[in-house]
Amino acid sequence: MVKYIGKRIVYMFITLFLIATASFFLMQTLPGSPIASYNKLNDTQKAIVEKKYGIDKPKPVQYAIYMKNLAKGDLGTSFVFKGKSVNDLLATRLKPSLILGAQAMVFGTIVGILLGMLAALKHNTFWDYGSTFFAILGISIPSFVFASLLQYWIASEWHLLPVGLWNDGWKSSVLPSLALAMGPLALSARFIRTEMIEVLNSDYIMLAKAKGANGFEIAFKHAFRNALIPLITVLGPLAAGLVTGSLVVEQIFAIPGIGEQFVSSIMTNDHATIMGTTLLFSAFLIAVIFIVDILYGVIDPRIRVSGGKG
Amino acid sequence: MTNILEVKDLELSFHTFAGEVKAIRGVNFDLQKGETLAIVGESGSGKSVTTKSIMRLLPESSAEYKNGEILFEGRDLTKISEKDMQKIRGKDISMIFQDPMTSLNPTMTIGRQIMEPILKHQKLNKSAARKKTIELLNLVGIPNAENRYKMYPHQFSGGQRQRIVIAIALACNPKVLIADEPTTALDVTIQAQILELMKDIQKKTDTSIIFITHDLGVVANVADRVAVMYGGRIVEIGTVDEIFYNPQHPYTWGLLSSMPSMDLEDQKLYAIPGTPPDLLNPPKGDAFALRSEYAMKIDMERQPPFFKVSDTHYAATWLLHSQAPQVEPPALIIERMKTFKGSRYYVEQTGGTV
Ligand SMILES: Nc1ncnc2c1ncn2[C@@H]1O[C@H](COP(=O)(O)OP(=O)(O)O)[C@@H](O)[C@H]1O
Ligand code: SF4
Ligand SMILES: [Mg+2]
Repeated sequence: MVKYIGKRIVYMFITLFLIATASFFLMQTLPGSPIASYNKLNDTQKAIVEKKYGIDKPKPVQYAIYMKNLAKGDLGTSFVFKGKSVNDLLATRLKPSLILGAQAMVFGTIVGILLGMLAALKHNTFWDYGSTFFAILGISIPSFVFASLLQYWIASEWHLLPVGLWNDGWKSSVLPSLALAMGPLALSARFIRTEMIEVLNSDYIMLAKAKGANGFEIAFKHAFRNALIPLITVLGPLAAGLVTGSLVVEQIFAIPGIGEQFVSSIMTNDHATIMGTTLLFSAFLIAVIFIVDILYGVIDPRIRVSGGKG
Repeated sequence: MTNILEVKDLELSFHTFAGEVKAIRGVNFDLQKGETLAIVGESGSGKSVTTKSIMRLLPESSAEYKNGEILFEGRDLTKISEKDMQKIRGKDISMIFQDPMTSLNPTMTIGRQIMEPILKHQKLNKSAARKKTIELLNLVGIPNAENRYKMYPHQFSGGQRQRIVIAIALACNPKVLIADEPTTALDVTIQAQILELMKDIQKKTDTSIIFITHDLGVVANVADRVAVMYGGRIVEIGTVDEIFYNPQHPYTWGLLSSMPSMDLEDQKLYAIPGTPPDLLNPPKGDAFALRSEYAMKIDMERQPPFFKVSDTHYAATWLLHSQAPQVEPPALIIERMKTFKGSRYYVEQTGGTV
C-alpha cells in the first residue's frame, strides 16, 4: 500500500510538471501583452519593464527560470498587481474559494445522496418523480442562473442574506455555496437513484430480505455502500465542475476568491497569475482524483490494492 | 407425520404492462417435518415464484396473492404483517438461491453476512455469534474459518460461496429450508459436493427441505417426495419411487424420457415438443394439451382435477379418469414401470436387477 501511494505521488508530480510545461508554452501563444498600456511606452521604457519581469530573455530561458522557481514553490510575480508575488496573491484568495467549494461539495453530495435514496426507495411514486424533476433542473440549469436567482430573490428582494462580497462571516458563503452545490446535488441524486434501484433488485438484497432484514437495514446496511461505488467515479468530474462553476459564481457574488482572480488575470493578460492559478486548480484536481482512488478501495473491497490491509 | 407447511389452492398473479401474468394457478402441497420435497419442472413453470411466495419475497408492487393460503405451523403467511414475516424469514424459513456469484453482498465480509441473522433472531452477543459463525463455516466445509470469516465474497470460489450461502441459511436452525436450484450454476463435481453437504445437513438436523431443480437426476439423489410442476400448477406429486417408476402424467413421462441415463448412452435425448404455456393467456383446458400426444377432446375444455393413484401419489390428468381410454406410455416409461409393484406393467423380478 505504501509503495502504491508512493508511486501515485510520483505520477502526480509528473502530471503537474507536464501541465506546467504545456500551459507555459500555450500562454506564449496568447495575443496581447501582460503589460497594460504597452503600446504607450517607448522602447527604452519597454526594455526596462521587460527586464524587470524577465521577459526580455529567450523563451527557453524563461521557461527554465520559471520551472526552477516552481520547483521551489515560487509561482513568480504578478505583472498587474504592482509586483506582488503570485503566491501571496493566491494565498489571500484561497480561503473563500476553499470554503465555498468544500461547502458546495459536502452539501451537494449529501443532499443529493439522500434525495437519490428517497427516489429509489419510493420508486415510481410522487417522491421519485419529484426528486427526479428537481435533479433534472439541477443538471440542466447552469450554476450562474441559480446564482442570479438566489441573489435576486433571497438577497435583494427578501433581504435574508448578503447580496455579495465576503464581509459577513458565514452568511456571505451561503448563497454562493448553494448555487455551486446544485450541480453536484443533482448529479449525485441521479447516480444514487439509478444505482440504488439496480442494487435493490440484486440477488444479495433478496438474500438479505430472506435473512429477515427490515427495510432500513436493507437500504443502509446492504444497499447503500454498493450504490455509492459508481458515485465515487464522478467525484473527480464533480470537483472539476465546481472549479469552473466557481469562476462565474465568484464573479456574480463579487467574492474575492481564486475564481474571480483567475477571470480578472485572464482579462489583463497577467501571465504569471494565470499560470499560478492553472497550476493550483490542476494540483487540486489531481489530488481529488488521488483521494477518489483511495476511497474506491475503502468502499469496494474488490479493488483494494493487493497487500493493503483494511 | 406432521405437516410443517401446507400450501392450499395458491393462486398468484403478476401485474405487468402486458397484462396479468397468472404465474401460480392453484398449487397444493404440504411439507412434512424432516422430509425433502423436490419441485421439478421446466424453467418458467413457477417453481421459484411458488417458493418466493412462501417467503413473501416477491415484489409487492406487482405480485398479488389472489387465492389460497400458506399455512406455516398453522399461521397463514399470506395474511400476517410484514413485521411478523421478518421474524420468520431467516429464522424459521430460510432460502438458498441459484447463483452463488451474485447472492452474497460484495462489500460485506462473509462473517458479518452469516452473523447478521444470528444477531437478529437469536439475540446472541457478538462473541457468541462469532463463535457460532465459525462453527457454521466448519459445518459447511470452509477450512480455516477463524481467519477466513473476515474475508469478502470475491475471495472465495463459486462452490465455496454456495457453502457460505448455505451457512447463512442454516444460521438459525430453520424449520424449513428452501433451496432454489442450489447447484444449477455450479460445475458438475462441485454440484455433487454441495448435494452431499445438503444431505449431510439433512441428516444432522431435522430441517424440512424444499429442493427446486429442473434436473431429475438430482432429485433421485436427495428427495423423499417429488412434485412435478407445469404451467403454474403441480401436475403430479408422489414419493420418489412413485414418480420415477410409476409416473402417470404425460408431462412427467416427457421429463423422465428427457433425462440422460447412464446405461442408455447411445440413445438420443428426448425433448418435450413445443413450448410452455403463455401465462398471460393461460389455456382454458389442460395447459399441457397442445404439447401432449395423448390429449383428448376434454383436455381442450376443462382442467383435469387430481386423481388419486395411492395415498401418497396424485396426478392431474384426464387419463386417470375412469372413462378415459387406456393409453400406452412411451417404451422407456414402461420399462421403468415394470419394476414398480402396483403398476399395471409390473413383472415379477427374478434377478436382482433394478
Ligand atoms: N417479477 C415478475 N413479474 C412478472 N412475471 C414474473 C415475475 N417473476 C416470475 N414471473 C413469471 O412467472 C413464471 C414463473 O417463473 P419462475 O417461478 O421463475 O419459473 P421457474 O420454474 O423457472 O423458477 C414465468 O412465466 C415468469 O415469466
Ligand atoms: S389432462 Fe389431457 S392434455 Fe393434460 S396431460 Fe392429461 S391427457 Fe394430456
Ligand atoms: Mg427458477
